[in-house]
Amino acid sequence: MIRPLFAALALAALPAQAADRVVSVGGSITEIVVALGQGDRLVARDTTSTYPETVSDLPDVGYVRRLSPEGVLSVDPDLILAEEGAGPPETVALLQAAAIPFVQIPDGYDRAAVLAKIAAVARALDVPERGAALAADVGAALDAAAKAAEGPARRVMFVMSVQGGRILAAGRDTAADGIIRLAGGENAVTEFEGYKPLTDEAVTRAAPEVILMMAREGADDISAQVLAHPAIRTTPAAEARALVRMDGLYLLGFGPRTAQAVRDLSDALAKAGS
Amino acid sequence: MVAISPGIPAPDWDRRPLARRTTLALAMALAAVAVLSLAVGAAGTSPWGVFADLLAGREVALVDRVVLFEIRLPRLAMGALVGASLAVSGAVMQGLFRNPLADPGLVGVSAGAGLGAISAIVLGGLLPAGLLGFHAVPVAAFLGGWASTLVLYGIATRRGRTSVATMLLGGIALGALAGALSGILVYMADDDQLRDLTFWGLGSLAGATWAKLAAAAPLMLLALIAAPMLARGLNGLALGETAAFHIGIPVQRLKTVAILTVAGATGAAVAVSGGIGFVGIVVPHLLRLATGPDHRALLVNAALLGATLLILADIIARVVIAPAELPIGIVTAVLGGPFFLWILLRKRGVLDL
Repeated sequence: MIRPLFAALALAALPAQAADRVVSVGGSITEIVVALGQGDRLVARDTTSTYPETVSDLPDVGYVRRLSPEGVLSVDPDLILAEEGAGPPETVALLQAAAIPFVQIPDGYDRAAVLAKIAAVARALDVPERGAALAADVGAALDAAAKAAEGPARRVMFVMSVQGGRILAAGRDTAADGIIRLAGGENAVTEFEGYKPLTDEAVTRAAPEVILMMAREGADDISAQVLAHPAIRTTPAAEARALVRMDGLYLLGFGPRTAQAVRDLSDALAKAGS
Repeated sequence: MVAISPGIPAPDWDRRPLARRTTLALAMALAAVAVLSLAVGAAGTSPWGVFADLLAGREVALVDRVVLFEIRLPRLAMGALVGASLAVSGAVMQGLFRNPLADPGLVGVSAGAGLGAISAIVLGGLLPAGLLGFHAVPVAAFLGGWASTLVLYGIATRRGRTSVATMLLGGIALGALAGALSGILVYMADDDQLRDLTFWGLGSLAGATWAKLAAAAPLMLLALIAAPMLARGLNGLALGETAAFHIGIPVQRLKTVAILTVAGATGAAVAVSGGIGFVGIVVPHLLRLATGPDHRALLVNAALLGATLLILADIIARVVIAPAELPIGIVTAVLGGPFFLWILLRKRGVLDL
């Protein structure tokens, strides 16, 4: 019982020297690490970390909510940066038992949340000055994007999938809702929280002016099918053929690229259907 | 007792010696995979090195210690117990229902456990924080499984007699009901909870901890010890309930004990490992094809083979895409499905078990 305690103390005393074997769990966290210029300190990533492309060469420790304790330990990390909700809790407990610092980065879908994420990651990596600089850049870019997005708000419906003809749409408190607001749009679906299937009639009643979807690389363009969907066909969006597709992590990640994503989205919303 | 009456010489197709040799072989296989399971994993920890260091009184690196004693060892114990419990429960159910397609799900355990787990995942946030911590899901799954079995048992028992047919049909109705309630909860669930639900359904031993083992192991062990005592009764039951009763088998008590045993073992197994399919139905089948339907050998061998196969599947699950790992339910189905089909096609003649 005494020996692990000593080992834990020894490790706890170490961090005067900054961690240089970092596991990043969560797509936006990995983006922030790289944007801070600390990409070379990463030794592994999770399945959702797909950007920038340089990280795809790193070992993949699995899905963010299903990390395997031995898998994470096998890359010999000295710091784990994880987005909110990473787990399962059993794995987190075991990693803590192995005296590996586990830092959870809070999540959120607005300007303040993005800046808070950057600050938290920079603090954990012991590069606060770079963090402050990046946060200032991203904050300014977000402000500029918000300014550019001013104007009449368009009603946007984010469609997660149309699997089996059922529309899965984003309600309140979702990343999609957040990015639509930042881009000066208005979420057409506010009756519920999270992503839920909508009945055809509810789609008609929501009357979106623009349909927003995720684009998957290599997947077929299903825009025509979506616009021809019986429920969507009745909406102003279908009439104007206003459908916008953007990369999922880019659009919903709330990381350093979010300002650019806001700009792209607000441009696309303005152009869509005209 | 039933098959061989005094005065009738043991027929030359007596498969008991074969079954005994199988038991020995399976025990050795279990020992081998157990050692393998301690030695193999994403982290390069070598158990020999750690044991040598411990014996020599040298300092063992904390990470190696955690990997070996907090990750691999509880996983091994959990895999062995869960595999044995599922396989034995399957064998008991097939004997009790006299139907080779029976699996532990028939007594409502799986549906109830699934409902319990889903409730904990979706509604767990409403509980006072830290009430059960991350044990909420296994506890709820176990209670759900156990409760639905007791309800089903109550439905099927009239005037001290349990009707197996009522139990089967009631199980279907109860399963539909549990499915509907689960559906409501799935609808309420948010994105993250949905993913948790999906992964829970695929099963995993990754969450094995000593704490979980301490809670679940006594039940599974109790059931595993109780099961062989049912063997003679189940053999008798193969002749039909009335015939079994007339040759002196306490049919009602047999049913009660069998159902409670299965509910306890399967409930505990599902609670700690999620939905691991396939073991309960395939292991008893394989053994019946190999060594015959005598439950005295079947139940013991099923425990050994179930444990061996699940440990093996877990090794594959955690090595094949390391450092990530596959849900074990995928491994058992991908490996077991084609293999089972192959056996069936090869031995078409003995399908009428």
